[in-house]
Amino acid sequence: MLRFILIILFAPLVSGFITRLKNNLRLRRGPSIFQPYYNLAKYFRKDEVVSQETSWIFRITPYLVFTATASAVFFTTSPGSLITLIFLFSFARFFLVLAGLDAASSFGGMGSSREMFISSFIEPVLFLSVAALWLSTNSMIASALAATALFLAALAETSRIPVDNQETHLELTMVHEAMLLEYSGRSLAILELAAQVKQLIFLMIIAGLIFNNLALLPVIAVLVALVELSLAKMRLFRVVDYIAFAGVLAVFSVVMSIVGAII
Amino acid sequence: MGWFLFDPLSLFFIVLILLISFPAFIYSLGYLKGHHTRFKNILTQLAMAAFVLSMILVVSVRQVFVFLIMWELMSLLSYFLILSDKDSPKSVEAGTIYLVMTHAGTAFLIMAFFLMYKVTGSFDFLVIKQALAGLPGHTKDMLFILLLIGFGTKAGIVPLHIWLPYAHPAAPSHISCLMSGVMIKTAIYGLLRFVFFMLGINALWWGGLVLGLAVVTCLVGVIYALIEQDIKTLLAYSSVENIGIILLGVGASMFLVKAGLPVLAVLALSAALYHLINHAVFKGLLFLGAGSIYRATGTRNIEKLGGLIKTMPWTALFFLIGAMAISALPPLNGFVSEWLTLVALFGGVLGLSSGFLKLFFCFCAAALALTGGLAAACFVKAFGIACLAKPRSQQAAAAKEVHWTMNFGAGFLALLTIALGLGAVWVFKLLAKIAGYTTGLDASAMNFSPGLFTLQPVGNISLSPVWLALLLLVIMGVVFILLNLVLGRSKVTTVPTWDCGYYKLTARNEYTATGFSKPFRLVLSFFLLPYQRSEKIKESFYHVKSFVYETNTKQVFNEYLYAPLVNFTFNLGRLAKNIQQGSVHIYLSYIFVALFLLLIFMGRF
Repeated sequence: MLRFILIILFAPLVSGFITRLKNNLRLRRGPSIFQPYYNLAKYFRKDEVVSQETSWIFRITPYLVFTATASAVFFTTSPGSLITLIFLFSFARFFLVLAGLDAASSFGGMGSSREMFISSFIEPVLFLSVAALWLSTNSMIASALAATALFLAALAETSRIPVDNQETHLELTMVHEAMLLEYSGRSLAILELAAQVKQLIFLMIIAGLIFNNLALLPVIAVLVALVELSLAKMRLFRVVDYIAFAGVLAVFSVVMSIVGAII
Repeated sequence: MGWFLFDPLSLFFIVLILLISFPAFIYSLGYLKGHHTRFKNILTQLAMAAFVLSMILVVSVRQVFVFLIMWELMSLLSYFLILSDKDSPKSVEAGTIYLVMTHAGTAFLIMAFFLMYKVTGSFDFLVIKQALAGLPGHTKDMLFILLLIGFGTKAGIVPLHIWLPYAHPAAPSHISCLMSGVMIKTAIYGLLRFVFFMLGINALWWGGLVLGLAVVTCLVGVIYALIEQDIKTLLAYSSVENIGIILLGVGASMFLVKAGLPVLAVLALSAALYHLINHAVFKGLLFLGAGSIYRATGTRNIEKLGGLIKTMPWTALFFLIGAMAISALPPLNGFVSEWLTLVALFGGVLGLSSGFLKLFFCFCAAALALTGGLAAACFVKAFGIACLAKPRSQQAAAAKEVHWTMNFGAGFLALLTIALGLGAVWVFKLLAKIAGYTTGLDASAMNFSPGLFTLQPVGNISLSPVWLALLLLVIMGVVFILLNLVLGRSKVTTVPTWDCGYYKLTARNEYTATGFSKPFRLVLSFFLLPYQRSEKIKESFYHVKSFVYETNTKQVFNEYLYAPLVNFTFNLGRLAKNIQQGSVHIYLSYIFVALFLLLIFMGRF
């Protein structure tokens, strides 16, 4: 329970840290690492503007997305429970995508379509990595491969470059943001927090479950920032190659854990 | 010698048939109202009752010969029911394709049954079971292949699936619900009864073959469902996919029985049975929902729908529940059975000894995961485009909520969907017993659930749908109440959707179903073979009157497998015409030659 609250409290900090780091590496000063908290506080206080075309799905989605994402915290402890975690994330995604379609705007539909496109191909990668984690007990190389595959999947799932770009303001290139385009005020705050929690959960799985060392968390966050800085966003159809690469890594990690490579 | 066999396996299927028939019948009262003449309605109802009865008889008779008669009766009655909604020549075509395919399947079954009779000398299930035990391996292999093709045609295993996307949309919706929910499951019953129960698993490759076919069936089914715009065809393709998921469990179980892992084998088969009953429930629900939409709007094309959540709130809600269940969202029933199937496959990965087999099971699990992801995309599209946003046509805008009996039928199945998810432990315990009985393994000592609400099939992997549902409800409640207490109710202003300063958004600015699935169509173009065709219709050399633009995909199986087959058959027929000379003397000589050949044949064999 404590863990649950801590993760929700610290999730925005991780986002703030990555943003700050990216800006510093670009030789800018950048916002404070607490900026996500200020943003959330502001959104929470604001009124909501809702499209007249929407239905109750649009209103209920922020709560469902947050609930499903946050309850996934309870399923990060063993490789077996990760299966349930993946299903919970797809619960959250299902409603987010519906909300994207609900406002009758083409931007939302575009984001929804792309989100489903990317995530449905990511799904087998996640499961293969989980299988590798499950099988391997002491194989370093298998863990490393699984961690890389999961890392690549995590970049895609948390809408980072090279798959998506959180900083973009151009609707045509958005994936995750396009689905949130019609949201404002409190609903937007809840959805942003949910996205940050999801990001932290992914980082924790990589650090905690694969390397058994939560102290690695900042290192992985730094890696995320470095990847975001050094790559450009990919064209949507090249993302498939990216996912296929992650898939190959996952398959190799499974093979390695089956043969029991000791290295 | 008795006529009936009421063992756990048959009882399971009888309960399933009754469970789906009840809401389908209630639904049909509203669906048929004012649809045909009174006389034809009664006739349709009677045919439906006979159809249900024939399905019950299929799963409960104990004589091979009677089984065959009931099987044919079931096929023929469903053929007539497909034709009962005859508003287009398409349903005649659909019926014909169905009839041809189902009889091709039955031909293989007849071969299998005669072979069985030849080697055992009996038509009785239990006698055959006894007699088959001592049979040489290659005869069993032969029987297995014949049964797999025969029942596979009915179940819709790829590439024998082509009749489903024709037949299911053409039938009235409550019949589609029965056909897709229950009738194709009788083929699974056949496989379980004849292969698992009577034949016994003879070789490891049986399970491997079924697993391989299941993977292909899953993926092909879901890919076609994803790009489909006709809501009932989409559901039919999704049935193909779900049969694949069920067969994943069945195949894994066949494999694990032979590999000497009884607990996992029982688990895999229970997962398959669980998914079987779940699919019957949520696919029935979705077909009923699609039927309601069709009755209210007169179209099945989701590109012409939209906004139904406002005009038909109940239908949309039930359809949403069905879509959630089929996308395996926790804590609904589809999630539980997909979770169990995945765990059974992962259990196989852990338990099997050979590295190659481990990898094979891992690939099956990954394929299941990919199927799940694509299925979610498919049903997000179906629900999102059909029910949300603005109506895309006059008919959709004018839709009215349907007759209460139709909502009752769908609502009953929606409740069942939730109940089967939350009551997973009790359902699973029952299914484990049935699976144990079917495989001939002793399941009484196997313990899959440590607590009242928890499933723990393998090692330390556990799932508790009830606790999960509670967790979700509590978190959601706490968040909602906290926010409202601390910050007060959110003030909401309603405005038009953001339109970039464009004058006014219309339904034509919305994303379409074709657009939604376009990324998939492009990436999977190696399989779907999309093509575009454009044509200018000119009034004169200078003036283009209208422009035709068409984009579509090629049906690989129809084009490259069945079309050559049909051509071949026609050519054969043309050749056979040559021996029809019309002269009595030649026919007499044919008879003589045939007799001569038969005598030689009888003498030799």
